[in-house]
Amino acid sequence: MSLLTRNGMKFRLKSILALLLATVLMAPAAMADDNAAADVDKVAREAVHEAEEAAHDEQKKLDPKELIFEHLGDGYGWEVPFDHHHRIPLPVIVWADDGLHIFSSGRVTGGKTYRDGNIDFKIAGHDSQYKGKVVEVLPDGQEVKPKFDISITKNVCGVFISLVVVLGLMLWLASFYRRNGLKTPRKGLGFLELLVEFVYDTVIKATLGDKGRKFAPYLLTVFFFIFVMNLLGLIVIFPGGANLTGNIAVTLVLAILTFLVTNIFAKKHYWKEILWPDVPIWLKFPLPIMQFIEVSGIFTKPAALTVRLFANIMGGHMIVLVLTLLIFIFAAVSPVAGGGTTVISVGFSVFMLVIDVLVSFIQAFVFTMLSTIFISLAQEEGHHDDKAHDHQGANVQVAAK
Amino acid sequence: MELFTPDFGLIFWMFVAFAILFFLLWKFAWPMILKTVDHRADLIDKGVEYAHEAQEQLKNAQQQSDAYMAEARRKQADILREADKMKTQIIEEARTAAQTEAQKVMDSAKLQIEQQQKEAQQQLRNQVSEMALEIAGKVVKTQFEDDKNQTKLVGTLLDELESKK
Repeated sequence: MSLLTRNGMKFRLKSILALLLATVLMAPAAMADDNAAADVDKVAREAVHEAEEAAHDEQKKLDPKELIFEHLGDGYGWEVPFDHHHRIPLPVIVWADDGLHIFSSGRVTGGKTYRDGNIDFKIAGHDSQYKGKVVEVLPDGQEVKPKFDISITKNVCGVFISLVVVLGLMLWLASFYRRNGLKTPRKGLGFLELLVEFVYDTVIKATLGDKGRKFAPYLLTVFFFIFVMNLLGLIVIFPGGANLTGNIAVTLVLAILTFLVTNIFAKKHYWKEILWPDVPIWLKFPLPIMQFIEVSGIFTKPAALTVRLFANIMGGHMIVLVLTLLIFIFAAVSPVAGGGTTVISVGFSVFMLVIDVLVSFIQAFVFTMLSTIFISLAQEEGHHDDKAHDHQGANVQVAAK
Repeated sequence: MELFTPDFGLIFWMFVAFAILFFLLWKFAWPMILKTVDHRADLIDKGVEYAHEAQEQLKNAQQQSDAYMAEARRKQADILREADKMKTQIIEEARTAAQTEAQKVMDSAKLQIEQQQKEAQQQLRNQVSEMALEIAGKVVKTQFEDDKNQTKLVGTLLDELESKK
């Protein structure tokens, strides 16, 4: 997503803009007589020339796979907007054999080795198995991963930025209510309230009923956290640009939390359905076939949650990255092809980004909805009712997406 | 692939971040927000119910007022009729009373007249008889000795006169 500003990508944003401009002006420029060359044409030619050069220079180093994964992945620094040579340094926190080491990531970027205490640290290179991670360099040159690496990486920083944003928005809304009682907020806060009410009324209360109030704080926190992280991921420059919900660690944590909430607050009936379901006896004794299926069901739910959110967001990012990279791949073939691709790719990228804004909301909503349904399934008491089956049916359909 | 292997550091910080966010929102934001949202929903429900009730009441009130109006009109008509009846009755009574009174007055007047007539007759008779007697006496004195027979004769003559009259 943050392709245009990434350090690894050494193109200038200018070159892309120039290509775009060149494409628009290419036809008239080519057709124009020499003596009829206007200023606009001159500019266009210069732009084309510059873009060709830029594309030519980069062509040799272009490795799409590497670039895509670098952009989707994490990093120890945060690139400065529109500058590919500087990064905002972030703290590296590692627990090595001899204790805690905290130092700025600026000391190890660009292949530098930094000695903190008695240990040398560096970021492992492309050929290492710990590619891109901070490693200890032993005296014999061997690279070892520290015991724990809890550095404030770009993603961690992004998570905390999202935290601050969500916290700010919600405290703002709460303080509005505290000041104005039952008055309805307008403008931005009105939209925020709309989202809260939408999720609270149509999902939480509709599914959980009276118990909605009890689980609403968790579910609403999940919704807004995911939503803000999704949207921040779509912003190209700092403070956005970290691929948060497209990172499996983030979605895993959220899914584990839903898993914990579901099972900790589960009612007796839920466990009875798992350990001794209403099926013919031979299905559960002596071979616990149903139990096996049910127990694995407990774990497939959070797994599905993890993968769904992760894959959707990462997929969206990846499509935009690939579309953008197409420009450079084709530009390497010929300027005309590059120019044509620029128009198409930028058009599609913008379209995909607009779709991704929608996906940001939908995925946050779906995650919240599924969490609500999982929790409500564990909250049921007494006999099976049709409602539960309906929910499960809906799950399967949504899961199919 | 590194994309599919969750990073320990990020998991750790994500847990921490979520815990902080959840705690702060749970403590400072959600109670207020949910309370307001719930309260407002209740209020709106109540408002709708109240409006329905008010409408119902208005309809009832209208019906009631219509009923009252009809009742009042009926009463008015009754009263008017009653008054009319009373008026006729009073006039009738007054007339009867006046007639009776007039009759009485006339009767008494008649009686009085009769009385006076009688008295007058008696007086006249007495006077006439006296005068006659006087005259007769004077006449008879001069002609007759026996006064008594003469008086008697004169009385008889007078009675005859009277009955003739």
